[in-house]
Amino acid sequence: MNIRCKGGKILPFLIAGVLSLNSVSSILAQQASLIPSSRLISPEELAKVLQSPKSEKPLLLQVGSHVLYSQAHIPGSEYIGAASTESGLQQLRKRVESLPRSKFIVIYCGCCPWNHCPNVKLADDALHAMGFSNVKVLYVANNFGADWVDKGYPVAKGD
Amino acid sequence: MNRKKLLIGAIAIAVAIGIYRVERSPHALRPAAHGTPAPDFSLPQLNDERLQLSAYRGKVVLLDFWATWCDPCREEIPRFVDLQRKYGGQGFQIIGVSMDDGPQPVRDFYQRFKMNYPVVMGNAKLGELYGGILGLPVAFLVGRDGRIHARHIGATDISVLEKEIVSLLQNKASPTQPGS
Repeated sequence: MNIRCKGGKILPFLIAGVLSLNSVSSILAQQASLIPSSRLISPEELAKVLQSPKSEKPLLLQVGSHVLYSQAHIPGSEYIGAASTESGLQQLRKRVESLPRSKFIVIYCGCCPWNHCPNVKLADDALHAMGFSNVKVLYVANNFGADWVDKGYPVAKGD
Repeated sequence: MNRKKLLIGAIAIAVAIGIYRVERSPHALRPAAHGTPAPDFSLPQLNDERLQLSAYRGKVVLLDFWATWCDPCREEIPRFVDLQRKYGGQGFQIIGVSMDDGPQPVRDFYQRFKMNYPVVMGNAKLGELYGGILGLPVAFLVGRDGRIHARHIGATDISVLEKEIVSLLQNKASPTQPGS
């Protein structure tokens, strides 16, 4: 197999190309903006669901940083771990494996602006791969502080 | 019967409102205000030596809350390394506060990006001291007097930050005493 061209070896370029493609696919796998809008829930909608006595209450899972969770989280939500890590994803699967696949689940993070969040897309993908059909992802445009705490929605702190 | 239902409904709404109010953070997180002293702290660095913020009184300090998993934070690091190299000799010091859950990824990152300023491991208590660090990155610029002069939320415009640093470096006023 000829892997040379006029300018010299092309193998390094091929390797660089493959690595770049891997990086791009890795970034795309985490891209929160690729989550279909039908699977999103706004902070306002979620606050209404939590306040309404008649609404079905979701299982709330925080799939981001523990330091941020300790400072402020949605009351009743459970800390799972960063879904961008293998241990976080394992913890997520373990937490939900025994639940009915129709269970209403809301996942959220809020560590970073939406398009930079490394966690929610992977968590959403994992739940859908397990067959969960009633999963919503909290759309946090900027961060949890600006889009939830500062809006005056319910907050708890601690572990 | 209808009255009874109305009454139950009204009670349920009142209880829901009550719960909502109680659950709202009783200690609303307030951002550390401009002009107020930067809250002091002593935290372990990546090499386990402790770093005390007040030991840097007299320098202009950029306190950068970041994490290795945060894209905008990572993008800022090489620029911060440049700023530290450029202004370190004039009394400028960057202190990174990692909000990662553990130090190992931070140590790896520190080596890989050849970071030239100290990094401490932050925690929820420190975040609350600074008004709640509930999104990253967040950077506080602290003057030679130990007071907060600027707070940048999200990716920082480096040119704006550099102007602020230069301006604060030019202020040679002797540092005020803690608590003043």
